[in-house]
Amino acid sequence: MSAFQAAAGRDDPHRIGHGRAPARSISGLAYKRIVVGYGFWIFLLSDIVMFSAFFASYAVLVGNTAGGPSGHDLFDLRNVALETGCLLFSSFTCGIASIGAQRRNGLWFYGAMAVTFLFGAAFLSIELREFVSMAARGAGPTRSAFLSAFFTLVGCHGLHVTCGLLWLLTMMAQVYAKGYRADIMRRVLCFSLFWHALDIIWVGVFTVVYLMGAER
Amino acid sequence: MVAGQPVMPIVGVLSDELRKLSMRAKPGEPPDSNGHCPPRPTSARFARHAVILAPLLLAACQPAVLDPKGLVGIADKTILVDSLAIMLAIVVPTILATFGFAWWFRAGNTRAKYLPEFEYSGRIELIVWAIPLLVIILLSGVAWIGSHELDPAQPLASKTPPLEVQVVSLDWKWLFIYPNQRVASVNQLVVPAGVPIHFALTSASVMTAFFIPQLGSMIYTMNGMTTQLNLQADAPGSFHGLASHFSGDGFADMHFEVRAVPAEQFAAWVEATRKTGPTLDAASYTSLAKQSIDAKPFTYRAADPGLFQQVATQQLPPGPGPQTGLPDRTVSPRTEK
Amino acid sequence: MLGKLSWAAVPLNQPLPMIASGVVGLTILGVLVLIVLKGWLPYLWRDWITSVDHKHIGIMYTLLAMVMLLRGFADAIMMRSQQALAFRAPGFLPPEHYDQIFSAHGTLMIFFVAMPFVIGLMNFVIPLQLGVRDVAFPTLNSVGFWLTATGALLVNVSLVVGEFARTGWLPYPPLSEIAYSPGVGVDYYLWSLEISGVGTLLSGINLVTTILKMHAPGMTYMRMPMFCWTALASNLLIVAAFPILTATLAMLLLDRYLGFHFFTNEAGGNVMMFMNLIWAWGHPEVYILILPAFGVFSEVIATFSRKPLFGYRSMVAATMIICILAFTVWLHHFFTMGAGADVNAIFGIASMIIAVPTGVKVFNWLFTMYGGRVVFTAPILWSLGFMVTFVIGGMTGVLLAVPPADFMLHNSLFLVAHFHNVIIGGVLFGSFAGYTYWFPKAFGFRLHDGLGKAAFWFWIFGFYFAFMPLYVLGLEGMTRRMQHYDVAEWHPWTLIAAGGAALILCGIGTQIAQLVVSIRHREALRDVTGDPWNGRSLEWATSSPPPAFNFAVLPSIEGEEAYWGIKQRAIRQARLRDEPEYAEIEMPRNSPTGFICAFFASFMGFALIWHIWWLVALGLLGAFATFVVFAWRDEDEYIISADEVARIDRANRRARSEALARLQVTT
Repeated sequence: MSAFQAAAGRDDPHRIGHGRAPARSISGLAYKRIVVGYGFWIFLLSDIVMFSAFFASYAVLVGNTAGGPSGHDLFDLRNVALETGCLLFSSFTCGIASIGAQRRNGLWFYGAMAVTFLFGAAFLSIELREFVSMAARGAGPTRSAFLSAFFTLVGCHGLHVTCGLLWLLTMMAQVYAKGYRADIMRRVLCFSLFWHALDIIWVGVFTVVYLMGAER
Repeated sequence: MVAGQPVMPIVGVLSDELRKLSMRAKPGEPPDSNGHCPPRPTSARFARHAVILAPLLLAACQPAVLDPKGLVGIADKTILVDSLAIMLAIVVPTILATFGFAWWFRAGNTRAKYLPEFEYSGRIELIVWAIPLLVIILLSGVAWIGSHELDPAQPLASKTPPLEVQVVSLDWKWLFIYPNQRVASVNQLVVPAGVPIHFALTSASVMTAFFIPQLGSMIYTMNGMTTQLNLQADAPGSFHGLASHFSGDGFADMHFEVRAVPAEQFAAWVEATRKTGPTLDAASYTSLAKQSIDAKPFTYRAADPGLFQQVATQQLPPGPGPQTGLPDRTVSPRTEK
Repeated sequence: MLGKLSWAAVPLNQPLPMIASGVVGLTILGVLVLIVLKGWLPYLWRDWITSVDHKHIGIMYTLLAMVMLLRGFADAIMMRSQQALAFRAPGFLPPEHYDQIFSAHGTLMIFFVAMPFVIGLMNFVIPLQLGVRDVAFPTLNSVGFWLTATGALLVNVSLVVGEFARTGWLPYPPLSEIAYSPGVGVDYYLWSLEISGVGTLLSGINLVTTILKMHAPGMTYMRMPMFCWTALASNLLIVAAFPILTATLAMLLLDRYLGFHFFTNEAGGNVMMFMNLIWAWGHPEVYILILPAFGVFSEVIATFSRKPLFGYRSMVAATMIICILAFTVWLHHFFTMGAGADVNAIFGIASMIIAVPTGVKVFNWLFTMYGGRVVFTAPILWSLGFMVTFVIGGMTGVLLAVPPADFMLHNSLFLVAHFHNVIIGGVLFGSFAGYTYWFPKAFGFRLHDGLGKAAFWFWIFGFYFAFMPLYVLGLEGMTRRMQHYDVAEWHPWTLIAAGGAALILCGIGTQIAQLVVSIRHREALRDVTGDPWNGRSLEWATSSPPPAFNFAVLPSIEGEEAYWGIKQRAIRQARLRDEPEYAEIEMPRNSPTGFICAFFASFMGFALIWHIWWLVALGLLGAFATFVVFAWRDEDEYIISADEVARIDRANRRARSEALARLQVTT
């Protein structure tokens, strides 16, 4: 066994890097990336648990309209389709941005991130418009338990998207200021995991809330 | 159908015998006819002797839960005692083994074998997993059967038709409505002995629980919902009733007296109640629902039988919260007594 | 400008909180003055407040827990005194005051004593036992600690400014809704827990990643010490359960602040949903607390029986079964809500099933002692006390899991006795055992054993005198949280219980004395080699206290009980292993991020409670800015040279060689 392999074995004792040579040097950089990614996945799982609690409360309260409007009266599925399109496409461009970062290609990275931002912001603005119009029609979150649950669940997702957009801008600034340094790249990895996870949650949201709600 | 049959007859008989045995020791005056023990002076001298007197006290005054006066309470208690006995069969040897092993295998004891490599034994593992598993299987049977037989909403087996009582918990008192008799009372519950009572319960405001320890199970009361409870007082007597879920500043005063009386006396009580007192309708209910602490028991001579439904379905809105505070209700609310 | 805040929020006309906060305020001021005058501030800032070292963070968590124990216990003394006095009398605490005290008691004890204590022990020990240098995310670790401290701060501020929640430690609606609790108390509770909940979650993520992904070479999962397994299970539960708490408290906050209707009486709110959600978190929470304590006992009993832990695989299986089953039993906290016989029975049976792996653990500890040579130090006394006490508490728990029994005993003092039985007998005794066991590793000298034993005896007698009467009171029909009562049978038992509390007070006093005496006599109690107890796991291979980098060279693991094997070989061969090849070590740089973030979080929390919206915005901005500044840092590690590593390690090797030589002489 060469000294290189021995060192890699020492830093990666359980061969989570599948025995492949670490990216840069023997100091275990690939190892760090795996640990950071793993930890961030655990965080995402905890976030999904939080969303589950909101989903559960939505499921319990969906029928408690207190004589007010129900999902059937309020939801416009065209809006939802538009939102879904924006978010899914932004996920795609986020993937492009990741590849661009790996290839150290500024045009692809900044370009794709900017497009991601635009589509994310579009998603948010459509959602905000929907919220405002519902509130104006007397179907705000204080009208009934169903509406409280709806606004909280969908709004929590929207809040996560907002934080994601802030994070996106911060990442662009970081790459611009510091280049494609290893720790910056780990953060870009975490960001893209976060963005894709929001997509997964959105699939849950539009199925449980909008598609099932529009039939009631 | 509430069978009230002990799950393990031997243990049931044993517990009865134990109870009779403990009743023989009487350090002072015996309990009065209502089952209440006379009050003891709270002097410092008494406090000093409390540790010695305590077990004797326990013997003289049966704890309410272990001295039920209704068939639901009796069945609950049987299950309690049986489950305890089953578990003690494991727990006592375990505790003794803890002392025993620690003492025998202490470092200074050269007679004990030192087995520094003894860290696995398949046989011991099997026993160690099997014992708790078997005990739990047994207890699960008790739990399944008991839960079904003693479900609070389940009507009691009886030839007598049940008495309907509607219960509304308020801040901080209890309202009892007799819909068929068209009377109501606050903080006192008079029921005929030997007759099953079907309670329908709701809350005017916050969640709390209705509990008469000597008669049996407790049940939550919640606004906008109705819960069901079935109890029976087997013989005439006077029992303590209370709220058993914290409901706010006046919670400690939410107790009420339960009087089980012979059937004719109950009818007489109803008649007497109809003669005097205010009427219970939406207006008087609304003023009753305002927060107040330490309400004295009183009765209503006429009660609107539809009132309970109105409260339970929120046609009458929930009671208000505290109206004053220090410096104001949005910082530290207060309720005047 | 200042929202709802005004001078009238300070309860100047109530002597008790004014005296209490006066004493506390003066003590804090005195400590601060002492620190500044003695010039310790730079040292404290550099080595503790901005530290990202898991050992220091673990010690700070434990210190927080112990200080909050004093506050929570003061509440307990007040409650016991009130109940002893308030028989047909008002007592000395009016209801609005008493209600705050029992709410604060529960909240502090669970969130700011029990949790920090076990998290502190886990933080300190786990990287050492795994043979690695630190946890996976050291700076996040610091953030987690300081956010927990923020939560504790907010609860304590409520003593002096405003009021605390008066709903009990779990704020059931509708009582906790704005209609019935319009004051600031519930808001203090909610924001304090939301903020510290984030901290706890970060700690959970950190430790799960560390335990699953960072081991010394050769340490497979089945070679990890038992404490690491129980810590893994506990932290998995944290990651899976705390988000539920965050969500549920957020729903209550939305109801209170923005008029939502999750749990209100009107507009379709569902009170039962709160019960389900909060206990879906609440039950895993108690397993989060007890599992690390189980781990401590596994370590302590094995070490002081001079034998390996019996049935390691069984214990691992039992631990993970408990971890999973913790999520299947939550309804047993509200059997009396009327869910029906089938539902009640199923959850009752599920609750009993959890007793099976727990029983297995108890038997395995028994057989660990069997064939051993048990040394009766203070940690073993705590363990023996635990085994007896916890078994009784577990029994009453299974009793309460039988729905018909619960129908009579729910919410009574029987229940209170049960959970104190398992939490004090389990979590607290385990924490004290762990504190005593790992104290020399953390500070380089042992705690005085005699005073430790005295403290144990005070505690165990105090516990039984304080809580056995509560079982009787529950059977006598006394419900919990009563500010006064007029049933004569109850009075003598409350007197005995107050006596028990006094005994526990003696126990706590003895523990404080133990600490003072041990510090005074630390040279006599010095741990020279780093292995004062003849330990079996890797933390005892380091010096006491360990250097910042824990291990000069990551050890190579060849079996279970890694250190024991190394030690036995050294004794057989009468020499230490060869000196390793020293290389330079990179360690994470300290960072004020955690402290500053918590600083902003404290102001944000306070501002949210008092509706000072501009301060909220400022706090949010500050917290975000702190993270951005941290993210901009270029140097996140510092290097310890190979020479420095060699110097430190050689000193430890020298001490161990001398001890080995002494051992050879005596044998």
